[in-house]
Amino acid sequence: MGRHEEKASFDAAGAAAVGERPRDSVCIAILGSGGAGALTTGGLLLEAAARRGLYGMMTRSVGPQIRGGEAAAFVRLATRPVACMADRFDAVIAIDWRRADRFADELALDAESLLIGDPGKPGDAAAAPVPESLARSGARVVDIAFADLAAAVPGGRENMVALGLAAGLVGIAAEELDGLIAKRLGAKGTAAVEASRAGCAQGLAAAAVLPVRFPLPRPEAEPGPRWRITGNQAAGLGAVQGGVRFAAAYPITPATEVLEWLAPALRRLGGTLVQAEDELASINMIIGASFGGVPALTATSGPGLALMVESLGLAVASEVPIVVVDVMRGGPSTGIPTKSEQSDLNIAVMGCHGDAPHVVVAPLSVGDCRLTTQWAVHLAETLQTVAVVLSDQFLGQSQAVIAPPEPEDFGTRRKVLPRTVEGYRRYELVGDSISPMALPGITGGQYTADGLTHGENALPSSRASDHRAQLDKRAAKLVQADYGAHWAEIEGEGDIAILCWGSLAGAAREAAERLAEAGAPVRLVALRLLAPLRTEALVEALGHRRVLVVEQSHSGQFLNYLRGSGALTGETRSLRRPGPLPIRPGEIAAAVQEWRRS
Amino acid sequence: MNEHPAPKRKASDYKSEVKPVWCPGCGDYHVLLSLTRMLAASGTPPEQVAVISGIGCSSRIPAYTNCYGFHGVHGRSLALAAGLKVARPDLTVLVMSGDGDGFSIGGNHFLHACRRNIDITYVVMDNQVYGMTKGQPSPTTDPEWDSALAPGGTGIRPFQPLVIALASGANFVARAFSGQPNETARIIHEAVMHPGFSFVQVMSPCVTFRPEQAAWKDAVHPAPVEATDDPARAARRIMTDDGFNIGVLYRGDRPVFDPHSGAEPVPLSALERSFAL
Repeated sequence: MGRHEEKASFDAAGAAAVGERPRDSVCIAILGSGGAGALTTGGLLLEAAARRGLYGMMTRSVGPQIRGGEAAAFVRLATRPVACMADRFDAVIAIDWRRADRFADELALDAESLLIGDPGKPGDAAAAPVPESLARSGARVVDIAFADLAAAVPGGRENMVALGLAAGLVGIAAEELDGLIAKRLGAKGTAAVEASRAGCAQGLAAAAVLPVRFPLPRPEAEPGPRWRITGNQAAGLGAVQGGVRFAAAYPITPATEVLEWLAPALRRLGGTLVQAEDELASINMIIGASFGGVPALTATSGPGLALMVESLGLAVASEVPIVVVDVMRGGPSTGIPTKSEQSDLNIAVMGCHGDAPHVVVAPLSVGDCRLTTQWAVHLAETLQTVAVVLSDQFLGQSQAVIAPPEPEDFGTRRKVLPRTVEGYRRYELVGDSISPMALPGITGGQYTADGLTHGENALPSSRASDHRAQLDKRAAKLVQADYGAHWAEIEGEGDIAILCWGSLAGAAREAAERLAEAGAPVRLVALRLLAPLRTEALVEALGHRRVLVVEQSHSGQFLNYLRGSGALTGETRSLRRPGPLPIRPGEIAAAVQEWRRS
Repeated sequence: MNEHPAPKRKASDYKSEVKPVWCPGCGDYHVLLSLTRMLAASGTPPEQVAVISGIGCSSRIPAYTNCYGFHGVHGRSLALAAGLKVARPDLTVLVMSGDGDGFSIGGNHFLHACRRNIDITYVVMDNQVYGMTKGQPSPTTDPEWDSALAPGGTGIRPFQPLVIALASGANFVARAFSGQPNETARIIHEAVMHPGFSFVQVMSPCVTFRPEQAAWKDAVHPAPVEATDDPARAARRIMTDDGFNIGVLYRGDRPVFDPHSGAEPVPLSALERSFAL
């Protein structure tokens, strides 16, 4: 690391100094061991808050087990839209403490936090005290006998008691929960609804004895329409919005929900989804469908992307538009399938052999998965190339309550050969380097798409001149493309710029907002377009500021990529950490302030 | 396959002007001839036909036709063809492969293509050798065949593609010999007309690295019995024959893969509603 650059470390005091805004947001972790229903509880809490007019998001943290492992719902509720977790948790609600230790790294707690849980009775199988790893934070421990409270009502379940308690903690009333329970559990019958209501009532009553509560006010203005959506669902929606009508899929965590959302959606839209035998097949299936003229997409995660890379090069060389959504997880190898990391940047941008320019974009929030995926389809289709969407587990599997994300009318249209022709040359060197594509069925348009180097007439050629001309063509069409304003989000003024990409935009924006409120504003630059890198525009956006590069990777993939491109011309620092621990807004703000002091 | 009654076409209408890279005497020339004859007999316009391939000597064939073609990466032609046929059911889709491309690097896709039973035709030109990389053993090579990469032979039992196809659910299984272009054209035509996934193994000699395969022309003979619709019986016959039975060996009637709902498409707003609170 250079003289002017060092890895910033988490400075809790610094984070506190710039002030987390109290009580317009509450962050709660709900934990449980196998089958306790922590994720269900978290989802219902989020929905109950949404019905009250609040915003929020829920991320999930689970172990590798299919069933019966530990699970945690991290829920942040707020009076305004939020795009990241808070710096710390106000409360941990443990249906039981048995496996809570495994979440210790992910639970930022302090003396103001509450550790609410059921220690159980000596001799119970589920009995476990608060683990030392959490207790040492100094957080106040409150014992609530969830099991006993649940047992006191017919058919009562501990997770419903926990829901009632969490609702009480943030000021959600019994009648607000009742409506939700009737809606969500009505299909299970009257008895189930009544048992859940009674369980919630037990929890609400128990909340009254807590030493402190964090009631959130209702928003002053009536909130407009809102959605509850995950990033994986939003990516699917963006795909079909962009015109995708064929998908091929191989299941992989944490991308599977994109495919599971698309399967019925495509059927309803007159499209199709095929489950492939592996990722080698799924990528080639979408190339085949797109060659036939149907916009096509697949979704995967790091290991699947690694298998697809050879065929990404095929699509680049044969100029067949395709979109690959990579919902990143911890790597390398199998890594941490259930948790987030921004470490597929290198393979997404540079994985192909040969010179294979293509598009790489990254959504900046859960809701932005819609626009960014739609944009990726637009760029792939209009530029006749590959577009990779770098989402991640945090965006993909988080549920967010947000204003409905707006699509955009890109006017997406592939440049297709319009009619019968003579003397057609598929890879003709035309002005914008995007030659009209013949689709099967067009008389006179017949050609053989090829991964072999070819001439303008699509026939294989090993001539240096053909190789050079087609390499130039494929590079030029990406350089000449109009990326509009979507390439980055640029906000604020200040002596320091925070530069990030993808899902970290949420935490970075919140850090920038806090710094501005503290009278220490910064510029925020969040990249949505990673390749081709808009180097000149980026240099201009950064100006002469010092640049704090923030990313969730161990080696600094983003930093090194920017350096290689020449986009970083001045003093630079790196704030980075591998997944799965998120980089929180307070850490980013603290790193900025620490740099200013030094 | 869709029938196209209109104008009478010749085999030459389906041939491009590109000169093949194949060695003089290569069996694949005759497969190309069979293919174009078969297409002429079908009458399908060339622009309604897609010829899909992977990598290897045989996989060069799409550019030698006047159809739409895709010369993809090694081993993945079946997957590419599956995506194309599902997206464009109106097209006639043929996949042309070799024993290395189809049975080694593409082996897994072979199993699942048989199983999935999409209405495409898979023609594998089998010469029991990797020719393009100049003479290495393939999955169908005899265990004793001596080569630089496997001195003294591989010692590995050859792959049985026809039996594997039957076990995996292919709906039509046949063996042909490139030296009989009319018969091969007839078999491929029947394969194309048969619904679902049809597999034709074409024995196509490599004159350069397997000159002894010149003897195939005297060894081949028509299969002594009519094709069966019983995969177990067909498999038993294939496992016990001399490897030179030519003809259609199995015709099945499994349902063809069709993921289309056929329902009237809904507007996007119908999908958005599920997210609204």
